[in-house]
Formats: sequence, C-alpha cells, structure tokens
Amino acid sequence: MKYLNEFRNGDQARALASHIRKITTRPWSIMEVCGGQTHSLIRNGIDQILPQEIEMIHGPGCPVCVTPISIIDKALEIASRPDVIFCSFGDMLRVPGSREDLFRVKGNGGDIRVVYSPLDALQIARNHPDRQIVFFAIGFETTAPANAMAIHLAKQQGLQNFSALVSHVLVPPAIEAIMNAPENRVQGFLAAGHVCSVMGYQDYHLLSKRYGIPIVVTGFEPLDLLEGIRRTIEQLERGEARVENAYERVVTEHGNERAKATIAEVFEVSDRNWRGIGTIPKSGWRLRESYADFDAEKRFNVSHLQTSEPKICRAGDVLQGKIKPHQCEAFGKECTPRTPLGATMVSSEGACAAYFNYGRFVPLKELVRG
Amino acid sequence: MCLAVPGRVESIFNDHGTRMGRVNFGGVIKEVCLAYLPDLEVGDYTIVHVGFAISKLDEDSALKTLQTFEELGLLEDELQEMRDLGGES
Ligand code: SF4
Repeated sequence: MKYLNEFRNGDQARALASHIRKITTRPWSIMEVCGGQTHSLIRNGIDQILPQEIEMIHGPGCPVCVTPISIIDKALEIASRPDVIFCSFGDMLRVPGSREDLFRVKGNGGDIRVVYSPLDALQIARNHPDRQIVFFAIGFETTAPANAMAIHLAKQQGLQNFSALVSHVLVPPAIEAIMNAPENRVQGFLAAGHVCSVMGYQDYHLLSKRYGIPIVVTGFEPLDLLEGIRRTIEQLERGEARVENAYERVVTEHGNERAKATIAEVFEVSDRNWRGIGTIPKSGWRLRESYADFDAEKRFNVSHLQTSEPKICRAGDVLQGKIKPHQCEAFGKECTPRTPLGATMVSSEGACAAYFNYGRFVPLKELVRG
Repeated sequence: MCLAVPGRVESIFNDHGTRMGRVNFGGVIKEVCLAYLPDLEVGDYTIVHVGFAISKLDEDSALKTLQTFEELGLLEDELQEMRDLGGES
C-alpha cells in the first residue's frame, strides 16, 4: 500500500537503529504514550534493535485499558436490558467488568452490536425506532471527532431513541500526571501522532518547557517510531527540550479545527477516573448540559453500581510504566488473552496483550543480550 | 482504536446531508465521513479513524521524510564500508 510499505523498509530501519546506537552515549528512558505505538514497537521488534541504553517505557494510551470499571459495569447493565441495542467498538467486548464482560452479556441474549463507525449506530437507531440504541463512546482525542459528530447528528436529526455512554480521556493531563509522580523515570515523550492529527501539538510546548522534556510527535510505522526515537535522543544528548513534529505528513501544529469545534460543541472538560490509575483532574470529556438528553447514564439511571477489581492485577502499574507486563505475577499464568484479568490483556493496544502475543515472557536483557 | 492507515479517496457522495466518501485501503473499500475535511478531493490520501477522515496526507512531506531516511541509509552504508575497510588494513 502506498505511503505505508515505504515506512516499513527493513534496511532503512536497521540504518536508523545503527544511527541511534551511534548517537547514544548514556542511558535514557523514553515513553511512548500511545498503546498503538507500544504494539508496533513490540510487533516489529524495535525494542530489540535499540541500543541497550534506551528503555522504552509503555504509557497509558490504551483507551480500552483506562476506561474505568464503573463505566464498564454500567455498560453491562444497560446492554442487558431487553429494550436496548448496545453498540460498541469491538475491542470493548472482552474487557472484564466487576463480574462479567459484554461478550458474556451477548451470549446471554443481550443485543450487542459491534460497529466500525459511530455513524453505524445512528443508522441502527433510524432502522429501529421502537428500540433504545446506546452507543459506547469511549476513547482518546482520536475517536472524539467521530463520537461527537454522531451525537451532534442525533440531536440535529431528532433521534429520540439514541443515547451515548461517554467516557473520554485526554493525553496532555496524563503526561502531567506521569511527570508529577515522585517515582517518574520518563525523560522524553513520543507524542501519539493520531491524537495530534486531531488536536495539533500546540498544547505540548508548555509541557515540554515546564518539565524540561523533549516531546516528539511520532507516527506508527517502524520507520516513524525509529525517527521519533532518534529525534528524542538527539535532543536528550544535547540537553535540549522542545516539541518536534516527526509525523509531518499527517500532523499539523493546530490539528483539525473543524473536528475540534464539533468536539467543543458536544463535550466539556471534566475530571476522569482512569482504570488502574485513579482520578486525574481535567483529564476527560463529558457531555455538555445541552446534550444531557443524549446521556445514557441519565436515561438509564445506572449510578448505584458497586465495582470490584481483581486484587492480583497490576494493570495500573503497567499503564504508568512502573513495571513491564511480564513482571506481573499473573502474566501468562492466570492471566492470558483468553482469560484476561485486566483490560491491558484484552485490548489490541494493551501492553500485556502485546507482550503475550509477541512472546516477551522474560526481560529483554536476558532474551537478546544474554 | 488509534491505529489508522492511509487510504485513497475514490469517490465522494452525500448521505443524510453529511459529506461521505469511498476510501480505498489497499483494495478494501470503506465508506468514510468526510465532514471534517471539506477540501478533500478524489485521489487524495487521508488518515481515517473509526469511519472519519481526520487529516489529509501531505504527499510532499511524505516524500521528503522518505528522502531523509534514504540519505541516512546511504550514509550508514558508506560509514559501514569505511569501518570494514579500516578493519582490514
Ligand atoms: S498480566 Fe493480567 S493480571 Fe497482570 S497486569 Fe496485565 S492484565 Fe493485569
């Protein structure tokens, strides 16, 4: 595919890696915020061709992983109702709630439909005027334009039988939370290219300055990741700290203004609980008052639920980069993609799933460096 | 969910008043909402998230980035050659 295969060229990847090896004189820890980038790093073995001095710390940017268990439980409750058609992105179906997951609810007769686009849920609402259609609107800034547009159109078209269960999270407050943690080891960030394709990167200048860290907007293909790492290392080695865009073909400084306008019309900033991490101030979006009629939490009155997480699961530590997945006691034993204890083992962007699927069962140093 | 690959816009149409397009991802065609990119034209490449085109792929900077990699690759080859020769003498 054009503009894809070129960025997967193995020879050039090796050349970039060898260049990185040459410019690296000291140990550095870099966080890739986005779970999609974690998967690409592990799947393509980029962690294995980097010099030993560079540690990639995997960040919390997996929307499925950080959706709070209280919201998952609400989704399960709503999806079990006979009058509801519950529409969700496919990744959410196996995410464990306190007692079960959406997949189980579906098996027990719940009408749960996997949609590719939120607009599909609108179409289902138009086709079934006698049913309640609930769309599970989760994600980072990347999915927000789509989710906001669906809700906006539902209002515009007067779709009475459509509502959304909203749980949106934002990247910049998560970066702040990571940098403010006393045990933080992160010295530079790869900013998630697709989040920036929506929001731009002007918000990152302040963060880079405040914490004295390089932030490099980075894409998802092997060469993109290596280039993001190379630019971060160059800054670190020179003692510089600024925002750079290594994903220029897709990202501009201000992002997509139209998308941001629709998001701002439908959503407002709110505090948000991140699964395994806790509440981060001003780190999410919720529906504005003017869209309260489309709020599934209000329509179905599901605020009384008791939640419980398995004690053994350390997904919170994984998401904050405190441990690598294979350092969790349950990894590959009680917890596998077939029997996930935490959301990080389920999602296609979760670090535990990446480590399991690509065979990272022992620390990298033992694996490749003897 | 945040992973997305570039696709080529094949055609543009209107659905319930919303600007839509058919986008080709290496042979797989998907219907995609173009409301956020009013200037996108047939033949352009775009990055799509959950059914929405979010940014137009800038072909010039794609080529520029690839050229940088190319030069870096050549440089690495030359350096490697110099190292190899140096090792023999
Ligand atoms: S391996 Fe399983 S139990 Fe351990 S942190 Fe990851 S999801 Fe939780």
